[in-house]
Amino acid sequence: MAVTKSGLSIRSAEVEIAGRRETLAREHPWPVRFAHWLNAISLTVLTASGLQIFMAFPSFGPKIPQRDLLHVPEALRLGGWLGGALQWHFSFMWIFAATGAAYVAYLFLSGHWRQVILRPQDVRGVWPMVRHYFLFKPKPEQTEPYNPLQKLAYTSTIVCGLASVATGVLLYQPTQLAFGAGLIGGFGWVRVFHFAAMLGFLAFIPGHLVMVALHGWNNFASMLTGWKRNPDYLKRP
Amino acid sequence: MGESPLHPSFMEVPMGDEDRIRPVGEREVRRLNRRELLKLAPLAVMGAFAVPGLGERLVNRGLALSDRAAERFFRRGRLAPTFSDRELTPLERFPINSYSAYDPAADLANWTLMVGGLVQRPGEYTLAQIRELPRRAQNVRHICIEGWDVIGNFGGVRLSDFLDFVGADPAARFVEVTCLDDYYSSYDMESCRHPQTLLCDEMYGRPLTGEHGAPLRIHMPVKLGYKSAKYLYELRVSNVLRREKGFWEDQGYSWHGGI
Repeated sequence: MAVTKSGLSIRSAEVEIAGRRETLAREHPWPVRFAHWLNAISLTVLTASGLQIFMAFPSFGPKIPQRDLLHVPEALRLGGWLGGALQWHFSFMWIFAATGAAYVAYLFLSGHWRQVILRPQDVRGVWPMVRHYFLFKPKPEQTEPYNPLQKLAYTSTIVCGLASVATGVLLYQPTQLAFGAGLIGGFGWVRVFHFAAMLGFLAFIPGHLVMVALHGWNNFASMLTGWKRNPDYLKRP
Repeated sequence: MGESPLHPSFMEVPMGDEDRIRPVGEREVRRLNRRELLKLAPLAVMGAFAVPGLGERLVNRGLALSDRAAERFFRRGRLAPTFSDRELTPLERFPINSYSAYDPAADLANWTLMVGGLVQRPGEYTLAQIRELPRRAQNVRHICIEGWDVIGNFGGVRLSDFLDFVGADPAARFVEVTCLDDYYSSYDMESCRHPQTLLCDEMYGRPLTGEHGAPLRIHMPVKLGYKSAKYLYELRVSNVLRREKGFWEDQGYSWHGGI
């Protein structure tokens, strides 16, 4: 066990690579990595098939007169036609929901949530990170695996996941669950909110990919093997 | 971070003990990385979805699973929301979808509904006979699989009442319909017995027009629009579904179609 500068304990190992002593920190336990890559697949399938489904009626208004909001290029769609896309969507919704449930359960049962979830004391650290990334100010000290902005982003994805599953269930059964659907304005609005939940993910993913690209192999590999070499957030003994 | 019993790490080095424990060598690190990578190996099964042919079969199973879930979740007692007349979508703005835009122009004077299968009184039923059953009209949401919805007024008789009228086997599981425009579909009995499921001969207080399925259609606010078959011609009660389950269903739409 090592301890981060912020006081979280994290599993670690001392290793010798090319004659040099290094510290490995196990940032991502395997359930997290497993869920991460499974979600990457599910979200891709659900988004692409969802866009194909949306193209059957690419509007949120009345059917007559219909005003289309957008045209999704063929390359971004999955399923070929509405019926095919629904089959993909109705298959991967189970995988996505099950992965999400298992991940959230793991977070809280294992205590790993402390590394991921934005806590009240993290909030004041968000703005300095925003200033660093967007206004090129100096980088605040990294005191644990995720900085406050990352925690905000990752916590938001959990919220998006819950929102997309909840609105998805209502969209699937708006009549059997008429009370729930009615609470957010009925079928038409459920559809809007389900779309909005997808937009939440779409807002997260490009930034996520850019940051992964910027932070290099050591960081990327940690989502494959769990281990990160010589992280700067560990407290030196 | 709490100690997780799920993931014992044999490389764990207690703080302060680093000098007493020999650091792990390079080969061991590689072995460990491989080990951790292997834990992700089961994800490779997801590749099955990318195999042409197999992928389609798998998502077909996924749809069937969702159908079973919807069927189990369905309760006859849960009513679709009803709306005031003010909230109705005007009839002229009630969409007519491509398949049924073809109006088979039923011979209304001589039209009958053929009833067969597991019923005590099979035969042909005239519209007048059907209209003698207790009538009801409802303002309900009609939701299309495409994603649009309208609120329409539908009048007719409960399918449940008609099934009793013809003496349908109470234990029968399915109802199948064939339509004058060669459309066809089939339904679970639970949904057919739902109190808002209608044999519908009126919309907005007037007899059905050609494009809305004259003289008789099904209307089920508990299912997507493609399950509300128009231009009824034949109705069968059965325990076994034919291979042809429905015009859209056979092409890949959900069979249950319940919402």
